[in-house]
Amino acid sequence: MSKSREVMLDPLFNNNPISLQVLGICSALAVTTKLETSVVMSLAVIAVMVGSNVSVSLLRNHIPPSIRIIVQLTIIASLVIITDQVLKAYLFDISKQLSVFVGLIITNCIVMGRAEAFAMQNGPKMSFYDGLGNGFGYSIVLLFVGFFRELFGSGKLFGMPVLASVNEGGWYVPNGLMVLAPGAFFLIGVFIWINRAWKPDQVEAE
Amino acid sequence: MEELLSLATKAIFVENMALAYFLGMCSFLAVSKKVETAVGLGAAVTFVLAVTVPLNNLIYNYLLREGALAWAGMPDMDLSFLNFLALIGSIAASVQVVEMVLDKYAPALYSALGVFLPLIAVNCAILGASLFMVERDYSFAESTVFGIGSGIGWALAVIALAAIREKMRYSNVPPSLRGLGITFIVTGLMAIGFMAFAGIQL
Repeated sequence: MSKSREVMLDPLFNNNPISLQVLGICSALAVTTKLETSVVMSLAVIAVMVGSNVSVSLLRNHIPPSIRIIVQLTIIASLVIITDQVLKAYLFDISKQLSVFVGLIITNCIVMGRAEAFAMQNGPKMSFYDGLGNGFGYSIVLLFVGFFRELFGSGKLFGMPVLASVNEGGWYVPNGLMVLAPGAFFLIGVFIWINRAWKPDQVEAE
Repeated sequence: MEELLSLATKAIFVENMALAYFLGMCSFLAVSKKVETAVGLGAAVTFVLAVTVPLNNLIYNYLLREGALAWAGMPDMDLSFLNFLALIGSIAASVQVVEMVLDKYAPALYSALGVFLPLIAVNCAILGASLFMVERDYSFAESTVFGIGSGIGWALAVIALAAIREKMRYSNVPPSLRGLGITFIVTGLMAIGFMAFAGIQL
């Protein structure tokens, strides 16, 4: 049990896919202007991660090494198509807002990276935990960024006003920078800073 | 013609793949330690984008979209749900072809690009550009310009970041911010710089 817990909890802060492994940053930044899209995106990535890790791990002894990348890509792409269709069917508005970024889960390096680095060597059960853990590690960063961007960028959380903005007769002047691209870069930089100040062994030697 | 020119400017500066849409971030951060490698990867990405976006445009318009198979006698066929699979397949295949062609006819360029070439298949900027092309319904000419333009924009951003990071070696960064952290903040500042182009209309 302790091994599977370790596999699952390690990616949260000790070996976070975004802040330490530098994987999957592309989509992490683009969908986080609102908390709602961040949550949906996190769920989509967790679902694809777990699915791809388990299926790659089940097939690992049958995949010839020379074509493994294309096999992994096909598995991941099929899972993403399913996710995309589900989102389109039940959450059409959000799926419109996520636009191309659902499709980009295919090239999200976290999914590929974990399939390649973990699922190819480990059994389906461990791979399941690894997928779940890395999915959560990704989600933490996404939710952190999404929370601050929506709160300071438009004074809302999940679309509900929290800080009454000036436009609606309140006192809070929304910080437009947060909604734009640079705000996301700064927030991830700060997240990494906090994470590494807390766990100094992650600091890069230069 | 004018329209295409403004599309190109938009793709290079205003809607820069890396700095406005965060695409291709993984390799953007990983290879921006040295200007030389950044130039190599930038060239490779531009090249592959210029090939794959128009190619995917043809695939989408003549095989996948609703009614696209009318020429084969199947006007009601809608295969657009196969989009992702077809696009990534054609990208992986064309990267492979580009690799083989370069190996045969331009060995110097091939060895200069080295390991980056196969890695491009999983660069989100490539798939992203194809998906944007589908979403925005570009014509063949537009998608060619868009592919080349966004490639140049990406290359520009990665080379600039590499140059900044080379200079940054001399600065005293707080220990826990070193490496990835400060790179993000620098990229943020660059993104602010690129936002200055937003007002340009051609």
